[in-house]
Amino acid sequence: MNGRVVRVAAGQGFWGDWLEAPVRQVRGGPIDYLMMDYLAEVTMSIMQKQKSRDPRAGYARDFVPLMERILPDLVERGIKVTSNAGGVNPRGCAEAVLDVARRLGLRGRLRVGLVSGDDILDRLDELISRGHPLTDMETGRPLSDILDRVLSANAYLGMAPIVEALRGEADVVVTGRVTDTGLTLGPIFHEFGWSPDDWDKVAAGTVAGHIIECGAQASGGNLLKGWRAVRGMENPGFPIVEASEDASFVVTKHPETGGLVSVASVTEQLVYEMGDPRSYITPDGVADFTTIRLRQAGKDRVQVSGIRGGPRTPMLKVSIAYFYGYKAVGTLVYSWPEAYDKARAADRIIRRRLEALGLEYEQILTEFVGVDATHGRLSGPPGPDLPEVQLRIGVRARERAPVERFTREIAPLVLTGPPSVTGFAGGRPAVEEIVAYWPALIDRHEIEPRVRVEILEA
Amino acid sequence: MPKTARRPKAAARSVQLRFLAHARSGDKGNTANVGLIALQPEFYPLLEREVTVARVARHFKGMVSGVDRFELPNLHALNFLLRDALDGGGTISLKTDAQGKVYSTALLRMEIPVPAALARRFARA
Repeated sequence: MNGRVVRVAAGQGFWGDWLEAPVRQVRGGPIDYLMMDYLAEVTMSIMQKQKSRDPRAGYARDFVPLMERILPDLVERGIKVTSNAGGVNPRGCAEAVLDVARRLGLRGRLRVGLVSGDDILDRLDELISRGHPLTDMETGRPLSDILDRVLSANAYLGMAPIVEALRGEADVVVTGRVTDTGLTLGPIFHEFGWSPDDWDKVAAGTVAGHIIECGAQASGGNLLKGWRAVRGMENPGFPIVEASEDASFVVTKHPETGGLVSVASVTEQLVYEMGDPRSYITPDGVADFTTIRLRQAGKDRVQVSGIRGGPRTPMLKVSIAYFYGYKAVGTLVYSWPEAYDKARAADRIIRRRLEALGLEYEQILTEFVGVDATHGRLSGPPGPDLPEVQLRIGVRARERAPVERFTREIAPLVLTGPPSVTGFAGGRPAVEEIVAYWPALIDRHEIEPRVRVEILEA
Repeated sequence: MPKTARRPKAAARSVQLRFLAHARSGDKGNTANVGLIALQPEFYPLLEREVTVARVARHFKGMVSGVDRFELPNLHALNFLLRDALDGGGTISLKTDAQGKVYSTALLRMEIPVPAALARRFARA
């Protein structure tokens, strides 16, 4: 393929992904942009909680030491970064990056683009009172039902503020809730100067973003087809998009890295978390996945072309997190012989004890790991000679007390239940607070006029 | 090693989907999606014909409340949405597989009828 390409490299598939990946993407070969997606659906609520304790917190803290490691490389090689590491405090994140840059002697040599305006937690009352019910897209309930329990609320922004920041010559763009696809679309649209209303190009960039947004899951990680033949996963090559001006692109990875990029690895990622393939909706447009054409174009190179799309919708998705209740999961391991029968007997005992205590739960779920935890009844009856079975009991309640009491009912089974039990070294299970997700829609005119892009100098 | 299908009929035998397709699954709230991809392009028409909504719903009976199917002939793939598959989903679910990551392989357990000539390719001698 001739002509100019823009290389966008994925550095993280989620907050907590392999720490070495972004470093190797920067040093392992040529790239133009490092794309770092940190935000899962409930991540924002965790960050909101951290920010309420410390006003300087509320972003992906890992991002700052990472920048400390790679900023000199980025500056030397002219690589730019797009990241939603800013979470609910993009300003705090941007300032922390600037501090690091100054400490590294990069004063005057680094610009950070700061994108804000996605956070609508303080606007919920106002929005509801003006006729935006923020209905749960799954259940149809209005947000007013749980308004007093809301912990975070953010609109998903698209590529526009990223393009604006790059036009302002930002080297590192730090945002709040920008879509993972927007982090890839922004650099490509900026570099090629494409119109944001060119829907086929929006769709192509969206597909590119979707392919690399889960990191190595497109380049051999979690690959089912021929998984034994995937080599070198101790050093997985994370995916890189080489975008061309004709809106086709190649998915590849750096040389001398493990994993593989094949039609199969890209297809598995394409169908991941897919809904209606004809309408993959993002803030920037609607992509039609039934138009994607894939072709193996060399070793670890898959060419992607033919993508068609349609106009953006008038609505933006809003990600709301709210406090739901409590849960805990306890486990014990029963050994051969009759491991499954022992585990089932233990389950009956604990359930009767909970009932006798008069404790009420929204749900008690028992799974037998080794028998039915992954495929339920589809696994069929277990063999008679299983070496061991893990009993795994989970409970959920709106109140803390019954869950707390449950966590004290696991260990006693060791001396008061069926024999040959082990695997309780972890002690009492922890009571977890459940933060649940409430997906909603809002008119984009309520959000977009308030989105701000600032360029800050180190 | 491939497992032979059971219950041979006159013109068709059943074969487990794992010999015809690979898959990846994920979640959207309380819905799991399974993308089912033909292992070889020539298997796709068979998948499209035999891996019907009714058959998938029967396979997952008691585990999901409804099934939708979408076709992606360009990728030799079908996408299934399995409603209410995740016991609340996300952070609410108590399931080991709260995010539906292994519904993919659960679907590959399903058997579909295939022409006898094709079934013989998966049969042990």
